[in-house]
Amino acid sequence: MEVLAFLIPISLFLGGIGLAAFFWTIKTDQYDDPEGDSHRILSSDYDDHPKE
Amino acid sequence: MARRLAASGALADVTGDGPLMLSLPDIRCAACISTVERALEAHPGVTSARVNLTLKRATVEAAPDVTPEALIETVAAAGYTAHELDSSALSSTATDKQGRELLMRLAVAGFAAMNVMLLSVAVWSGAADATRDLFHWISAAIAIPAVSFAAQPFFRNAWAALSRGRLNMDVPITLAILLALGTSLYETAHSGEHAYFDAAISLTFFLLGGRYLDHRTRAIARSAAEELAALEVPRADKLVDGAEQSVNVSELRPGDLIRVRPGGRMPVDGVIAEGVSELDRSLLTGETLPVFAEPGREVSAGEVNLTGPLTVRVTAAGKDSSLHRMADLVAMAETTRNRYTSLADRAAGLYAPGVHILSFAAAVGWYLYTWDARLALNIAAAVLIITCPCALGLAVPAVTTAASGRLFKKGMLIKSGTALERLAEVDTVVFDKTGTLTLGTPEVQGVGEYDARTLAIVAGLSEASSHPLSRALSQAVATAGVVAEPVGDLVEVPGYGTEGLWQGRRVRLGRAAWVGAAASAETSAWLLMEGEAPVRFSFADRMRPGAEQAVQGLRQAGLTVLLISGDSEPAVRAFAARLGIEDVMAEALPDDKVARVNALTADGHRVLMVGDGLNDTAALAAAHASISPATALDAARVASDIVLLGEDIGPISAAVTTSRSAVRRIKENFSIATLYNFIAVPIAIAGFATPLAAALAMSASSITVSLNSLRLR
Repeated sequence: MEVLAFLIPISLFLGGIGLAAFFWTIKTDQYDDPEGDSHRILSSDYDDHPKE
Repeated sequence: MARRLAASGALADVTGDGPLMLSLPDIRCAACISTVERALEAHPGVTSARVNLTLKRATVEAAPDVTPEALIETVAAAGYTAHELDSSALSSTATDKQGRELLMRLAVAGFAAMNVMLLSVAVWSGAADATRDLFHWISAAIAIPAVSFAAQPFFRNAWAALSRGRLNMDVPITLAILLALGTSLYETAHSGEHAYFDAAISLTFFLLGGRYLDHRTRAIARSAAEELAALEVPRADKLVDGAEQSVNVSELRPGDLIRVRPGGRMPVDGVIAEGVSELDRSLLTGETLPVFAEPGREVSAGEVNLTGPLTVRVTAAGKDSSLHRMADLVAMAETTRNRYTSLADRAAGLYAPGVHILSFAAAVGWYLYTWDARLALNIAAAVLIITCPCALGLAVPAVTTAASGRLFKKGMLIKSGTALERLAEVDTVVFDKTGTLTLGTPEVQGVGEYDARTLAIVAGLSEASSHPLSRALSQAVATAGVVAEPVGDLVEVPGYGTEGLWQGRRVRLGRAAWVGAAASAETSAWLLMEGEAPVRFSFADRMRPGAEQAVQGLRQAGLTVLLISGDSEPAVRAFAARLGIEDVMAEALPDDKVARVNALTADGHRVLMVGDGLNDTAALAAAHASISPATALDAARVASDIVLLGEDIGPISAAVTTSRSAVRRIKENFSIATLYNFIAVPIAIAGFATPLAAALAMSASSITVSLNSLRLR
């Protein structure tokens, strides 16, 4: 049962990373234009500085 | 980042003028994005351009001297239509922030609920003693901070209601969450067996889900409504020392002179100072007959100038103009509608006190029976959790989201939260004629009755003019297969008609008085050939596509259909006969319309008003529910609950049936939730509700009602 002492913090930490990543996507407006983004990824234009 | 913010409109009010916004209605593919962006960025003075495909909008950052007109031409050259959007009318910032906040809370609650549930599964499957206590402590450490962040909207609303001495839905929710956390913490500290951390956090999660759905539906409707308003950029051409200058309407002052081109809408109230033309007043009065306009005639905002350019002296602009005064009337009428209590509110009115009494009675009963305060509080918490208002908090938003999504696909925009419920109760439909059941564009009657020579000359005369009647004539002749006769020396006399020479004879096409004929009540144009009697062409308004279907569908749904119009009696009668509407009222003034709607309401009918003009506005606001087409005047759109986005009016009958089935679903969901409570509440009161039972009952009822909502057709 001692393994719990590691497993619970680890699982919380991993879940926390997911939560933080989700916060980051909200903060950087990544849900503003879901339709446009799904098309942009297929665009053949090549540029060194992708549009933010 | 700045560009991103600008794309969502967030920066619009930070940087002085803000970026230019264009609406791109027909953009839908990956190639379109890069084509339009490249075209815009190549335009001189533009620093950056970004297309948002979801909103079908482009945001352009450019030097101050770049005009939207120039950008629209650039986009047109790339092969797409664009319209200017008034960025000040788009206030998405506040809603965006609120939505983001809710989503964040929802994510926190979801994350915490999953982790606590996992720990709880271990406890339910038999963890005992120290392990159970440890798991309870970890659950507490996750759930308490998560709830104190995620459940803040409920706490705030509950406090707001309580401080005004009222009860709302959020009071029992807050009480359940806090009591569950409190007793569980106490139990954990005393190595107790039952802790409800999982129930408290998952309750928060489910209810936040409902809140978020509700918020999204509203935000989508609001942004679409704002876009409609933003499409009408209030600009006017002001005459300064004889030169035209494009200015914002809000900058106009009484006494200014403005120029209104043929086809343009009057931006202000005023008096014609110069020029002769005809005015289309149908949006204001419902009359289809164009009115002759000459210097000295008063014009009001919303009228459309048809033939010649006019110079108008402003008498009232902005807040004082007749359009804005009408908006005040609407605001007054709206308060009556706000008194409507939604189904959810009515249910909450029964639910909130009931739950409090129930859990209080259970606590008192157990205390008197066992003299054990700890057990009594535990039971009270269990009752509060098990009676979870998920059906109210989750089922109603889920149904309205599904229904308004469905209607949006059919081209209808629901603006008000209770509109669906009110629409479902409607039993009488009142239609306006001009602009609602008709398109407001004329159509020639009985083309086949004229001989080919007459038609050919008419075509020759009308081809040169852009007057709506002329255009209708030349189109009708072309479809009849007649080739236009060449007419020489063509002159268009604004306000009167067109004149020319045909085989040496003078021919005229225009108003009755101009060709020496007697005026008629119907919209008509006359052809005069020198030496012959004048020939009359009469026009009827073109029927809006789907009008027959809408009237038929509404009848089939068991509704009474009425037609009330400001147009002349014969025109209205003839039109009603085509649609098979018997109950007709013609030459109605705006007051008559309101009076009729109020009379119907007094007789116990629930009226749905469908209209588009200024003369309908008060009636739209007074009716139980109201619909207006997107071409309607701003005031009319503001006054109505639902806006028809397309040209087709057919979906109206579908809207009624969809709203009826939505309300049926909501009621079903209430029954399901009540059934769950009938089974679970006695168990909780009897003291058999373990945390496992509470979690199962709550999740099961939430999931059943959500799935039931999705069945909506």
